[in-house]
Amino acid sequence: MTYELPPLPYAKNALAPHLSEETLNFHYEKHHRGYVNKLNQLAAEKPAWAGKSYEELIKTESGVVFNQAAQIWNHTFYWKSLSPNGGGAPTGKIAELINEAFGSFDAFKEKFSAAASGHFGSGWAWLVRDDNNKLQIVSTHDAGNPIKDGHNPVLTCDVWEHAYYIDFRNDRPKYIATWWNLVNWEFANSNLKP
Amino acid sequence: VSTQSTGPLHGYHTMFAIARSALRAPVRRTFAASASASVHTLPDLPYDYNALEPHISAEIMTLHHKKHHQTYVTGLNAAEEAYVKAPTPKERIALQAAVKFNGGGHINHSLFWKNLAPTGSPETKLSGGEFKEAIEKAFGSVDAFKKELNTKTAAIQGSGWGWLGYNKATKSLEIVTTANQDPLLSHVPIIGIDIWEHAFYLQYKNVKPDYLNAIWNVLNFKEAAARYKEARSSS
Repeated sequence: MTYELPPLPYAKNALAPHLSEETLNFHYEKHHRGYVNKLNQLAAEKPAWAGKSYEELIKTESGVVFNQAAQIWNHTFYWKSLSPNGGGAPTGKIAELINEAFGSFDAFKEKFSAAASGHFGSGWAWLVRDDNNKLQIVSTHDAGNPIKDGHNPVLTCDVWEHAYYIDFRNDRPKYIATWWNLVNWEFANSNLKP
Repeated sequence: VSTQSTGPLHGYHTMFAIARSALRAPVRRTFAASASASVHTLPDLPYDYNALEPHISAEIMTLHHKKHHQTYVTGLNAAEEAYVKAPTPKERIALQAAVKFNGGGHINHSLFWKNLAPTGSPETKLSGGEFKEAIEKAFGSVDAFKKELNTKTAAIQGSGWGWLGYNKATKSLEIVTTANQDPLLSHVPIIGIDIWEHAFYLQYKNVKPDYLNAIWNVLNFKEAAARYKEARSSS
């Protein structure tokens, strides 16, 4: 079994002008695909873990194997957390849950943005839920993934510099502000416990 | 005005003592009623922003120095000021991550600018002498040294630095890496290579090996040899 790069949910220019086609080209074709290629290279040695799902690898592996599997999973989740039709205020169940957990959408937006822009170094900002759909904001470092800690991810924002450097240079806060124009509330709702 | 050698900042002072030579700006610690802390400043680049072309672009050098390094300096000043004012251990501990991150960023980048030199300048030649011999002894050859430093630096997952460091305990040159903006404390820094994406992305995108090969054209071996000599003599 070889690991495959899941298709991008939209065309590479679909998130412009917020995120450029150039960014998606490099981020998806080089970084995301690079992790898949590397995992396949490692799996070719036929180690015991070869063929396991990304979730399993995330939960049971460490080091370079974990890094590839987690980053493949993280990026797939990131593409889905964005949508050409995204942005604006949340709708549906997620809107209620946000108000319950954070008081208001604005309060949630402020906290999530702070977590994303304030993270030292490479990593990810996540909205996660527990089994009761209680929402929480968590940050992971480098390739870290919150399912390893038993969280259920709802949305994510990539804060590795490669995610924003082409379009925003060093201005991570401006990138985060742009992320809010693309956030996929439909996807967020689909990650809640029914 | 006095520098404290005991008290809540002692460990922090020790950490900075090791990297003190990297920070040319005077570090004044005042514990007057206003509790104002030290004021770090962005050191000037020893060359023009375009001096490392075509190996490292002017655009990268400009952003790297004026934006990234400046942000660490500003952040460090703010973190230290808050730290000095923090009334409880708990509050000081909560601020330590910001001090470490910004302080490390300032130390590392201050060292970095000096271990680079303009393209084609004499400093970029590793000439024969004590330092070159030490490298050949430690790694077999200069090529082997380059390969090991580049390989280990490229292998860093996430953001960090690759270093040629001098181990005072064993009196040897070794390749070590640090994560994020952690300063190199276990060894005396001789050469540091920034592998944060901001150091190379605009020019090299995801192709780290190309950046790592290119930077060898602009490493300041004269500075490295001087650091090595000083490290050896202060053992």
